[in-house]
Amino acid sequence: MALEAPASPQSTRHHAGVNRGDRAWNGLLLGLGLAVLALAAVIIGMLLHASQPLWKAMSPWQFLKSTDWDPANDSFGALPFIYGTLVTSGLALLLAVPVGLGLSIFLTELAPKQLRPFVAFGVELLAGIPSVVYGLWGLFTLAPLLREHVQPFLAKVLGPIPGIGALFRGAPLGLGFLSAGVILAIMILPTICAVTTEVVKTVPLPLREASLALGATRWEMVRLSVLPYSKAGILGAVLLGLGRALGETMAVTMVIGNNPEIHASLFAAGYSLPSVIANEFAEATDASHTAALASLALVLFAITFLMNAGARVLVRRSKHTAGAHG
Amino acid sequence: MNAYAGRKVVNLVMMVLCGLAALGALLPLGSVLWLVVSHGVAGLNFTFFTALPKPVGEAGGGVGNAVVGTLQIVALACVIGLPLGVGAGVFLAEKGDSALGNAVRFTAEVLSGVPSIVVGIVAYGLVVVPMKRFSAIAGAVALAILMVPTLARGTEELVRLVPRSIREAALGLGVPEWKTSLRVVLRTALGGVATAALLAIARATGETAPLLFTALNNQYWNVRPDQPTASLTVQIFNYAISPYDDWHQKAWSAALVLLLLVGGLNLTARALTRNRLKGAR
Amino acid sequence: MSTPEAKLNVTHLNAGYGDKAIIRDVNIAVPANSVLAVIGPSGCGKSTFLRCLNRMHELGPGAHSEGKILLDGLDINSGDVDPVLLRRRVGMVFQRPNPFPTMSIFDNVAAGLKLNRVKGNHAEVVEKSLKQAALWDEVKDRLNASALSLSGGQQQRLCIARALAIEPEVLLMDEPASALDPIATAKVEQLIHELKARYTIVIVTHNMQQAARVSDHTAFFYMGELVEHDKTETIFTRPSKPRTEDYVTGKFG
Repeated sequence: MALEAPASPQSTRHHAGVNRGDRAWNGLLLGLGLAVLALAAVIIGMLLHASQPLWKAMSPWQFLKSTDWDPANDSFGALPFIYGTLVTSGLALLLAVPVGLGLSIFLTELAPKQLRPFVAFGVELLAGIPSVVYGLWGLFTLAPLLREHVQPFLAKVLGPIPGIGALFRGAPLGLGFLSAGVILAIMILPTICAVTTEVVKTVPLPLREASLALGATRWEMVRLSVLPYSKAGILGAVLLGLGRALGETMAVTMVIGNNPEIHASLFAAGYSLPSVIANEFAEATDASHTAALASLALVLFAITFLMNAGARVLVRRSKHTAGAHG
Repeated sequence: MNAYAGRKVVNLVMMVLCGLAALGALLPLGSVLWLVVSHGVAGLNFTFFTALPKPVGEAGGGVGNAVVGTLQIVALACVIGLPLGVGAGVFLAEKGDSALGNAVRFTAEVLSGVPSIVVGIVAYGLVVVPMKRFSAIAGAVALAILMVPTLARGTEELVRLVPRSIREAALGLGVPEWKTSLRVVLRTALGGVATAALLAIARATGETAPLLFTALNNQYWNVRPDQPTASLTVQIFNYAISPYDDWHQKAWSAALVLLLLVGGLNLTARALTRNRLKGAR
Repeated sequence: MSTPEAKLNVTHLNAGYGDKAIIRDVNIAVPANSVLAVIGPSGCGKSTFLRCLNRMHELGPGAHSEGKILLDGLDINSGDVDPVLLRRRVGMVFQRPNPFPTMSIFDNVAAGLKLNRVKGNHAEVVEKSLKQAALWDEVKDRLNASALSLSGGQQQRLCIARALAIEPEVLLMDEPASALDPIATAKVEQLIHELKARYTIVIVTHNMQQAARVSDHTAFFYMGELVEHDKTETIFTRPSKPRTEDYVTGKFG
């Protein structure tokens, strides 16, 4: 049934009226396609244009290196926000990847069949909750929980350890890098789980049977047949989750503590690229302030662009491998 | 048999860990839903839905204008974003097997990952600056930009699913290509596209960040698209970060309203899918 | 005919998926160190029968089975038999080669050894298995190459080596040469001859000449029923059931 695409209008239709209709249609479609490209150009162009005034005052390298954020005194530095974004996203990955993988394996391999649709539905619900609602919950439920129970516990148990103990020292505020990281983890969990599940489902049945026939337990089958085969795709899922975490705004803004400083401890209050923009842009009257915030947006755009492009390539490549083997 | 026993233990442990992972995912879900409902329900009453917010210190008031504002902004966003997104998707499905098509597809995929706050800044520059004021239309533009990439990709997949045979049947009857695409192929894919659109709308309804400096906020009723407009999400944010307890209560209630709205849209999308898959094709 | 030395003894086996029965009331005994060929037209249930013997059948959606399958007198379907351990004793080679794509040739063959925590010198076992599978000479200089660098026929022999490495007692082969060229097929058939001394083999094949060449006994399945089971020579020269005769003379199937 695989016939070639219908012949192009020009070669088979000679009716002037029909030709015009097809030409208009093709023109419309082309326009819409180009509109997408134009959109990308507009986004990049607008960001560059809006951040331009800043480059008169300082070089990009200076901007990225500086830790001083003091709009009132025209002092701008991106580092605390880059730091905050990276720390919270890194923490989110650390928490969400094992859980997301485990959840995905639970859904595809280990859970009794009757349970699967319910758990899958739950994950969908997780994905559908708006960011600001997570922020609300984070502010009034998660942060107090961390402040009163989790942080003191961590400080007691892990604080004294030399080296990584530095991550768990300081006054437990509740708000800060830790809360933001945990909330981000919850929010990117559905992404990691969904993409991993997609990839795991492409593992061919004969490959699974190969390990089972050798006498593998269910988990061993996952270890031998499923995970090695899905490596690239899982990495893609992780990068996609990271991309989402980097750009997440509201929930992080509400629990990160809004402190443009770099601190080693996860208990400290910090700031992220999206958060500072969310908090300050509406009131930024100063041209240089606006330009600085737009520059931060540009940095954020660049980071997430790279993450997402890399992720999509990986996921696509892993699915192609599936085609080649299947 | 000791090695065997060990392997069984490992198997069991891994299954338990994966089960715990599932629990770990569902617990926060349960907590969020439970708390939004239990805290929010207390503040829900007729006034809440219909009244304007009161200033600090005064009791009562509601989020009527925010609900209307959200509906207004999202509706405007649909007018801009739906045709553009679905149209781009049709382009990708019909003409997408080319270098241009691949470029557009890649762009759409990458654009879908642009943080919403960045899109807000773009909308700010595109609309707020020339108009010299915050407005609903600026917010709508931001939301529309967010809708387009995912809609385009989703539409493309759905249109590509329409079997060749249907297209060829129409062409064979002498129907011109453009009419075939529009009235035959698209109509077949319409159910799926509607679902995709509903999901995009649901996501747009829940957006906050891009509205913060495009539509801004408004304490009063507003139907003019060229004025700052309240929205449910921004209102929740403002109430939540305020230092007042009764505004916190309002935040929970507004969150409940938002969840019902977004949830309703999502459930409708699911129901549509189920009907579509069950019905005759 | 069930004799006391039967390696496998199947009585009243029914199996299917959901409410569809695929095989009905199968009774058959397989003596140790012999080769049983299972023949029949497509869809007659021969693969299902085979997969019951190492409890792979039960992994399918909605799968069910009733009846007794005794391995050395032990009912493999009884509650206290772990399929994991059963499959160590009853190995399987599949229709299409399915080597582990991310592993080397060596690691593929050794996979079962590592899995089952078999102690000892794996390299020796790998060499022995590859020799048994008539693949050693072709791969001995590139044991660390990816398994995917082998041709289809070589990959299938690799899978045979992998199955042999853990020294099962019974080897189940599901049309093992159907995806192979004639030369590779000949090698696999030669292999079966040699393996017979140490293993009990049940081979499903749609190729009657192959069945006649390699097996001691043949079982003819038709529409889920075991129509006739006898010495191979008898089945192909003097079958007792008319349907068997029709099939082996090529009147259908």
